[in-house]
Amino acid sequence: MTHTIQLPTGARGARILGIGAYRPRRRVTNDELATMMETNDEWIQSRVGIAERRWASDDETLVEMAAAAGGKALAASGLAAEDVDLVILASASLQAPIPGIGPQVAYKLGIPRPGAFDLNAGCAGFCYALGVASDSIRTGSARNALVIGVERLTDVTDLADRSTAVIFADGAGAAVIGAADEPGIGPVVWGSDGDQHNAIEIAAGSATMTMAGQAVYRWATTKLTETLIQAMDRAGVGPADIDVFAPHQANLRIIESMTKRLGFPESTVVARDIVQSGNTSAASVPLALSALLESGEAKSGDLALVLGYGAGLTFAGQVLVLP
Amino acid sequence: MSREEIQTGLAEILEEVAGVTPADATPEKSFTDDLDVDSLSMVEIATAVEDKFGVAIPDDELGNIKTVGDAITFIEKNQG
Repeated sequence: MTHTIQLPTGARGARILGIGAYRPRRRVTNDELATMMETNDEWIQSRVGIAERRWASDDETLVEMAAAAGGKALAASGLAAEDVDLVILASASLQAPIPGIGPQVAYKLGIPRPGAFDLNAGCAGFCYALGVASDSIRTGSARNALVIGVERLTDVTDLADRSTAVIFADGAGAAVIGAADEPGIGPVVWGSDGDQHNAIEIAAGSATMTMAGQAVYRWATTKLTETLIQAMDRAGVGPADIDVFAPHQANLRIIESMTKRLGFPESTVVARDIVQSGNTSAASVPLALSALLESGEAKSGDLALVLGYGAGLTFAGQVLVLP
Repeated sequence: MSREEIQTGLAEILEEVAGVTPADATPEKSFTDDLDVDSLSMVEIATAVEDKFGVAIPDDELGNIKTVGDAITFIEKNQG
């Protein structure tokens, strides 16, 4: 006997309803770093474009930061905690991988028994999670989703390795996603280059992360332009339509290189949150969007192009309407 | 392509990517010590060299190219 499996209708589209961020209290300037390791402000600014970054204190745990950013995104969305039925937490810096912390963060926010899980796609995690959340809403698996990117990269950074210690930082960013008749999140364009699996890694038995800086820089500046173009193509827009370009804040020189290659109009606002926040991996895209919305450089209704990329190597990008 | 032609083409890339005066781009010069080219600019130079000369410079080869002369020799040996 055959059975017909019923499927929900789902939603025509999904959109971001609110964005929230948490920046750790402690601000660490390049001059302060120069007292800890062999480096200086000029060296750091010219290589990676970072002026300062935030380092989490002991009480600013992954769960606390994720809940703080998630709570702000919920408040901005206008939804109640009970309205959320899916929580996806993107992180690559969990010290204890079991259990994932998505369920605990949801519990802390008073979200009743949502589908909740962690997603590790390195620095691409937030954009991967956004794609999964958007598609879950469109297919009817969820009504509203909370997507969080959170990292304490300082926990996995060797302070004696100046090639990574000046770059990596801590923080959390979040977005609430809901159904929309007019789509506000374009198709995700995602992929991976697993042949470069050890370009960014915490090697077995090691406690800290290493990065093949030249290889990653080359990959990011040559291979990902195509992903950005595809993300625009699949959403039916072009560079001239993009109000805000917010790629993963890995290195200011990568951001400038991508911006130049894509040929945006002068009016396109380019996220350079890395200057103040360093590289916060899965948290960098929502942190950058939040900073632009707070400063007024970006506004509600703006069309943004986002891209995450990093360890794996993984990448994911999409076009969004800002809340 | 002769070594002289390669040197001229390489000097053009160095000027564009790293602001090196073409007359300074002589074979004995070290990219990092003499020409102030940092590791990420070396990547940009490598990709520009690949486009211009039709050679492939794998990431692990890049570390062996220390001087302008090393780069000229690599291009000379690997050009199609």
